[in-house]
Amino acid sequence: MSGSSTTNSAAAPVPKTPVTAKTTGAASRTLQPIPGSAVSRFLSDGWVTTWRNLMKIIRVPEILLFSLIQPIMFVLLFTFVFGAAIDIPGEGYTSFLMAGIFAQTVVFGSTYSGAAMAQDLKDGIIDRFRTLPMSGAAVLVGRTNGDLVINALSMIVMMITGFIVGWRVNSSPLEFLAGVALLLLFAYAFSWVMAFLGMSVKSPEIINNASFLILFPLTFISNAFVPSENLPTPLRIFAEWNPVSSLVQSARELFGNVPPGTPVGDAWTAQNPIATVLLGVTVLLLIFVPLSIRKFATLSR
Amino acid sequence: MAFIEASELVKTYTPKGAPVVRALDGLDLEVPQGTVTALLGPNGAGKTTTVKVLTTLISPDSGSATIDGIDVLNDPQSIRRMIGASGQYAAVDENLTGFENLMMVGKLYHLGSKVARQRAAELIELFDLVESQNRPVKGYSGGMRRRIDLAGALVIRPPVLFLDEPTTGLDPRSRLGLWDVIETLVSDGTTVLLTTQYLEEADRLADSISVIDNGRVIARGTADELKASVGGQRVALTVVDESDGDAVRSLLASHGTGEPVVTAGRTWVVPVDDGPSALGAIVSAASAAGIALHDAGMRRPTLDDVFLQLTGHAAEHDEETTESAA
Repeated sequence: MSGSSTTNSAAAPVPKTPVTAKTTGAASRTLQPIPGSAVSRFLSDGWVTTWRNLMKIIRVPEILLFSLIQPIMFVLLFTFVFGAAIDIPGEGYTSFLMAGIFAQTVVFGSTYSGAAMAQDLKDGIIDRFRTLPMSGAAVLVGRTNGDLVINALSMIVMMITGFIVGWRVNSSPLEFLAGVALLLLFAYAFSWVMAFLGMSVKSPEIINNASFLILFPLTFISNAFVPSENLPTPLRIFAEWNPVSSLVQSARELFGNVPPGTPVGDAWTAQNPIATVLLGVTVLLLIFVPLSIRKFATLSR
Repeated sequence: MAFIEASELVKTYTPKGAPVVRALDGLDLEVPQGTVTALLGPNGAGKTTTVKVLTTLISPDSGSATIDGIDVLNDPQSIRRMIGASGQYAAVDENLTGFENLMMVGKLYHLGSKVARQRAAELIELFDLVESQNRPVKGYSGGMRRRIDLAGALVIRPPVLFLDEPTTGLDPRSRLGLWDVIETLVSDGTTVLLTTQYLEEADRLADSISVIDNGRVIARGTADELKASVGGQRVALTVVDESDGDAVRSLLASHGTGEPVVTAGRTWVVPVDDGPSALGAIVSAASAAGIALHDAGMRRPTLDDVFLQLTGHAAEHDEETTESAA
């Protein structure tokens, strides 16, 4: 903010013609920012960009609709198609499945950030933002917050659907909330990865296709839909070390959906799923938050 | 010291599998306070790259730029407090209404909700968008989008305004409307840097024109000065029958001081030394040769003539291709 006050007083030229109230009156006076600390401005910018992304959800309800229908469809398809064929001890397949569906849905939900950043770049909105005296990091915070809201809404819809088909939470409310928080946190970290990728590609379509290629194997070669012990060895090793498996395992434990006596893999990640998820989230955020902010600062269509 | 100053700007790009592109090749620019300067040039000349450097979007490889003495490269955040920028494509959020877009920009300038709201309402009225202010921009026409984008650039009443091809792709009616708006703005003393590939636009809006080609300024001056620099007068003949073209060309070549060029299909133009006598001689020669004429007259050189002479190629009016500076 230094230097701006001297700048603007010097910048007021003498009008060539009388300025009426109707004209914009650039000569009359440049509007000045209200006083505020860097932190309060960052929070304000973050809120404005979050609001912008939430308005998109309201104005284009199809986005939300499809992101909600898809998990419902998955819950029903897996329960009724695979449920009969896969034998899970304890409360059966639905109970086993739900944590997997949650994990898959929120991870896929993070791709909105990638596609949206690529689209904003293409539309020139990023250029507009970058000519404003706002925080660039706030644009990314607002974007990833938008994913968080969509994911939270998806979670609620999936839980209701799951409840209808027989899924139950067998843990304390605190553990339940911890499970939900862990799922959302994991997806939030992925949103930053996707936002970075979105700023690095030339068109929004690429992000949709690329994320499909990455996220499908990542979510399917895991313990999300079938117990990983039954997989062929190479896939089993991948599944055990797959962070999505740790996420699913954590959610199952926190929702009380692990029947007593269920075998757990030997890998450290399988033994310590919650620690693995927290570690993974920390590593992803430490890498991709600074990387994304740096990328944003040089970004232009 | 001029209000906007750029010197020796160089910016290169290396597209995949292609030689290095020198988008800016030692560009110098001075815009005095309270004036409108047009950067006039064809696609790929470096107009958009220049604006991107001055609006803090990209850093040049070398060179320096200041606005009101503030270094654009070292203090971009202060520059952003004093500029408004409106781009070639309407950079507005499609899902927000016109009013919401302007509110958002005001808040991101940290004007506070109350002032941002007041200012948005003012601009909506100024740009004649009252009726559509509460509709998402998605449903706006091209001209309305440009107006809301331009309004966004004016939210803080910036002392400096950058307009990057403000009317490219607009229909003639919307273009005239936008010109009126821009003329109102500049009449109250805002310093404006405008890029355009329309000679007519530069002629109408700018106090001073810098012609750029291949990343550098190749001529500068007022529209009149530039026209005078090309010198002399022109004789223009419009033939009735397009097939008389070759005959007209050789006829004009024998009376003129330069190469005749055809503009707008049937109108041929040639530079001459002494306008009235050349016109008389050309008209009687045409009538002796049996060439039917729609129109014959003298005129002063246009910016089109200037452009042709300076760059060796005609001004392009290609609205689809864009300057790629990504």
